[in-house]
Amino acid sequence: MPDLMHHILDAASVAAPQWLSERQAAGRKAWAASALPTRKTEAWKYTSLQPLTGDFAVAEPSVASKAELGFEHPDLGGSKLVFVDGYLRADLSDTALPEGVELIRFADANAEQAKQISQQLGSVADPSGHLFSKFSDAALQDGMFLNVAANTEVAEPIHMVWLTSTREVAFTVNQRLLVVMGVNSRASLVEQFDSVGSGTAFTNGITELVLETGAHLLHHRLHLEDGGAMHIGGVHVRLGRDSHLESFHLALGSDLKRIDVVVNHAGPGAHSTVNGIYLLRGSEHVDYHTCIEHAVPNCTSDEIFRGVIGDRATAVFNGRIHIHADAQKTNAQLSNRNLLTSTNATINTKPELEIYANDVQCAHGATVAQLDPFMLHYLKTRGIDAEEAQTLLSYGFINEVVNTIRIDALRNFLRPLLAGRFATDPKLTRHLA
Amino acid sequence: MLKIDNLHVRVDGKDILKGLSLHIGAGEVHAIMGPNGSGKSTLGHVLAGRPGYEVTAGTVEFMGQDIFALETEERAHLGLFLAYQYPVEIPGVSNMEFLKAAVDTMHEKRGEPALDTVSFMKLARETCKQVDLDQAFLKRGVNEGFSGGEKKRNELMQMMMLQPRLAIMDETDSGLDIDALQVVATGVNSMRSSDRSFILVTHYQRLLDYIEPDFVHVLAAGRIVKSGDKSLALELEDRGYAWLEDEVA
Repeated sequence: MPDLMHHILDAASVAAPQWLSERQAAGRKAWAASALPTRKTEAWKYTSLQPLTGDFAVAEPSVASKAELGFEHPDLGGSKLVFVDGYLRADLSDTALPEGVELIRFADANAEQAKQISQQLGSVADPSGHLFSKFSDAALQDGMFLNVAANTEVAEPIHMVWLTSTREVAFTVNQRLLVVMGVNSRASLVEQFDSVGSGTAFTNGITELVLETGAHLLHHRLHLEDGGAMHIGGVHVRLGRDSHLESFHLALGSDLKRIDVVVNHAGPGAHSTVNGIYLLRGSEHVDYHTCIEHAVPNCTSDEIFRGVIGDRATAVFNGRIHIHADAQKTNAQLSNRNLLTSTNATINTKPELEIYANDVQCAHGATVAQLDPFMLHYLKTRGIDAEEAQTLLSYGFINEVVNTIRIDALRNFLRPLLAGRFATDPKLTRHLA
Repeated sequence: MLKIDNLHVRVDGKDILKGLSLHIGAGEVHAIMGPNGSGKSTLGHVLAGRPGYEVTAGTVEFMGQDIFALETEERAHLGLFLAYQYPVEIPGVSNMEFLKAAVDTMHEKRGEPALDTVSFMKLARETCKQVDLDQAFLKRGVNEGFSGGEKKRNELMQMMMLQPRLAIMDETDSGLDIDALQVVATGVNSMRSSDRSFILVTHYQRLLDYIEPDFVHVLAAGRIVKSGDKSLALELEDRGYAWLEDEVA
């Protein structure tokens, strides 16, 4: 492996509990043996890692106050954890957790917790299949473990904010989260990645979600970083019997974003809804690779992604559905629609179906279009100015997906933020949000 | 209000309107009838400036201005409204957002004070009631999944909220049952005034039982071939259009 990000690995050699060090050593070995993807590597065909070859340092802890950071996040009512440049900031967090919920740093885990983490970590995000999971292991110093005990119901969302305060020196953050939802537990989780400042930073963020029998999780992963705040990461899920996942994804463009969403239906009767939006402008790049695995019978999956791509931006959507031979009575749906608002904008969209069972329902569709001229005309016949009509229609294109968010406070936070991506003049967005 | 002289319009390389002339004064209600394919809907679309409708000759003056020098939205600002026969569905844009955007813009262009949210909601709910549309439709996407009749009522609601000077109703009666037809007629009649005019494009005389026109015109082969009062509509109901087409030929 070329010396991409070697500094992270050098820095990661500091003292850690033995089980973590072992994991790290194995990761380093695997990483060293891997080749960097090129444009000929199918999974990286449209996404270049060139922006990562610059000079990066490992992030130093930030001591900036909330005001100095100039960052606000929505109040979702539940507990929240704020990380700045990868470091947990207790002064900005509210870690009061409901009964039955544990949230601990890997490094602080007691023997029993360490055993649990060690067993689960990497069992979902398979490093052999995902290069940057390998990298995450190689640089693994710490991470967060969220454990929701069996039969626990958490009413308020658990909100994790990962803020990148891009500074003068380019730096990297390795972020890892393991969530275990016990039998018949219910919770909602919001992972918000955001950035302030105009420098360069790279985050490798891997989240693993384990849903045991009958567990129910509303998950949200928001990538709001912009400019030089780059991110390669993924959400890897294992669904147990009769478990239920609703996972909402959002990416605003930045110099480089690549998110892998992998959902393994591993227990019969499991259901997943995976919805997502990506909005790009300027010369931004976003790449979503989703993979829905159906390994067992009687599972359902429903996936909708919509993208709006403007200016010279480039987006990639690769939606894979893999139905194994044993996965009879699977119902899997996938839809990806894209709106290009400029003639120089690019989308590479590819549905990828592999079906080895014969008694399944599977439907997919991908479209690329521009704004419908008749819709524009209709709005104008009602006196609405051309620019506002365009804004309304572009926003309307994603609004259906936004409306699937069940947390009111989150939806209300996102609506004006997203509307603002379609027009900077508030006059054009005054009827949205 | 509206002066159309010798209007020729081409759509997809085909001449549809071939020398149509029509003058409409303030406060008048004109019915335009005619067989399928005569160009009835084309008239509404070209007045509203729909892309793809090419004017090859003739002039149209609306409120003293050359209508073809104006953008679609500028025509609307001057008070032109077209109620579509087949309104478009716009998922993701709620009826409420859409109506608010339209009403706010109209108020602004007319120099009227903006409606605050509460007054707007009140107006929207009242208008919903008038057109017999459930208020739940305000929250739905524009025309999204509406039945044919619901779409027509939604068009009527927009007209009532936007208060145009000239409303063109393109076959608003088609596909409506008698109750819905009466709702449309009541809505239009409630808006009749000395400074507002209507063009009712229709296939059937039935609508004119409820909305009494001042003039009735027959459009055939791209031109107005006969004009009269409401008795002409009754004659057409009896005799059909064939005799007129023969007469013109």
